[in-house]
Amino acid sequence: MKALMWVGMAVVFGFLISVIWTVFSRGAKAMSWEMVSQLPGGGFYIGKEGGFLNAIVGSLYIVGASTAIGLLISVPVVFYLNVYLKKDSKLAYVARLACDVLFGMPSIVYGAFGFTVMVFFGLRTSLLGGIIVITLLIIPIFIRSMDEATRNFPRDILDASFALGATKWETLKVVLRQIAPGIATATLLSVGRAIGDAASVMFTAGYTDSIPTSLSQPAATLPLAVFFQLSSPIPEVQDRAYAAALVLTIIVLILSIGGRFITHRFSKNKL
Amino acid sequence: MLGRRILKDRVAHGTMATLTVFVILMVLVMAVGLCLKSAPVLEGQSLWTLLGSSEWKPMKGQFGFLPFIMGTLWVTFLAVLIALPISLLTAIFLTEYARPVVRRFVFPALDILAALPSVIYGVWGMLVIVPWISERLAPHFVEFSSGYTVLAAGIVLGVMVIPLLVSLFIEVFSSVPMELREASIALGATRWQTTRKVVLRKTLPGVLAATVLAISRAMGETIAVLMVCGCVIGIPTSVLDSAYPIPALIANNYGEMLSMPLYESALMFAALILFAVVLIFNLISRIVLYRIERRDA
Repeated sequence: MKALMWVGMAVVFGFLISVIWTVFSRGAKAMSWEMVSQLPGGGFYIGKEGGFLNAIVGSLYIVGASTAIGLLISVPVVFYLNVYLKKDSKLAYVARLACDVLFGMPSIVYGAFGFTVMVFFGLRTSLLGGIIVITLLIIPIFIRSMDEATRNFPRDILDASFALGATKWETLKVVLRQIAPGIATATLLSVGRAIGDAASVMFTAGYTDSIPTSLSQPAATLPLAVFFQLSSPIPEVQDRAYAAALVLTIIVLILSIGGRFITHRFSKNKL
Repeated sequence: MLGRRILKDRVAHGTMATLTVFVILMVLVMAVGLCLKSAPVLEGQSLWTLLGSSEWKPMKGQFGFLPFIMGTLWVTFLAVLIALPISLLTAIFLTEYARPVVRRFVFPALDILAALPSVIYGVWGMLVIVPWISERLAPHFVEFSSGYTVLAAGIVLGVMVIPLLVSLFIEVFSSVPMELREASIALGATRWQTTRKVVLRKTLPGVLAATVLAISRAMGETIAVLMVCGCVIGIPTSVLDSAYPIPALIANNYGEMLSMPLYESALMFAALILFAVVLIFNLISRIVLYRIERRDA
């Protein structure tokens, strides 16, 4: 049986290496400075010059804005669940369950839902729509991963703070300092998910060849750049998809390894 | 001074409570929104015609979801069939057999697998799995296959759910108290006997819950599947047929649907089906998993 388990592990590693190797070897061939520094030129989609800077910038806009909004919404919720509510609170149970369910929701459902909401408010596919949907998508991830970090937080510290006469609100400073690495990890995790998600922005952010200058313009994103260009029959355009895939993979790898590093680094000298 | 401090605390309390309730309500809002949007198509046809018919003619207002539902089921079933043994073995190895050193290498690898965007898996599937099926595997069985098949989608999806399954299984297995294993080993059982008769038996509900969670994850996966499944409307009869799962249907037609209200409504109904199935699966398995977590606390 042990041999079989080694085989299982080997298969997992094999898949990982195969995926990374494929993307790197195929992407490196197509990669050039032009790709990441230029907007699509005229005739871009029949294989003429240009790059996918529009997608990189679009992705950064959407991910940056939604991570900021997501943090603003989810940090208070995590505090509320862990500091204000009692350990066996029904509300906390339901909230955690709701987050886990939302976390499991396919992003295409978010996309469809976001699209209906946008139609309801009369919005067209735009940067704003993309930001809203991605924010909704990452809030559950934020909450659940920060919640995990906060739950192991020693209650004694809270009691010590209360005993000194601090209100719950003032105690938050203490908690915040303690769970800072948890927040950082959660942020990296959410950014990774947000940047790679294609199905939800497809409906809501749309796609465009230029860099958006206002919230109401559509925005291109990296995953969609990969997806759309790969469906082209022209090899040069497909090459660009592979280059975009390489950029996306490198970003995600950095985020993932960075997240590991932070957790590892800071859990060493924990209280 | 004191009054102001307490006031601040009250305001903070109120704001936080509102935000928390907002998050809970989001599930309800999504359900209501999708229901409202899919109402028109439900008026025209009964629920059973929609689910059970395979006539898909949007121009004539006929929407039979059976091919898409069957496509989703085939692909999901195959993915879980591939992922389950691999993840189970890996998780058992990591919790019951491996030394901590091994974990230090495997966990980051699983992290990366979980973090890779689905479009990357799609690229991998198109470059590796699809040619492999059409050139190596399929010629043994059928005359011709493009490689864009249920099998390709199943393999890609399987790889995608492995990290989720392994991490859930590890959580479930670690909830078994060490004393139980020690008691079993003290009675002369081997490690494998202990694993099979003590750990697995004790965690069976958890293992099932984790599998259900993985199934619901696999069902909703869109882009990767869309890129390798072939997207031909029809009920697949073998793993070498192409399929057209529900998420792919929604993603592929989002542009056209605007012009026809009924078509849009039908696609929203497709999203509602996904939503309902995933909601039910998630609720059941999460509640089971919470129970297990609490038992060891």
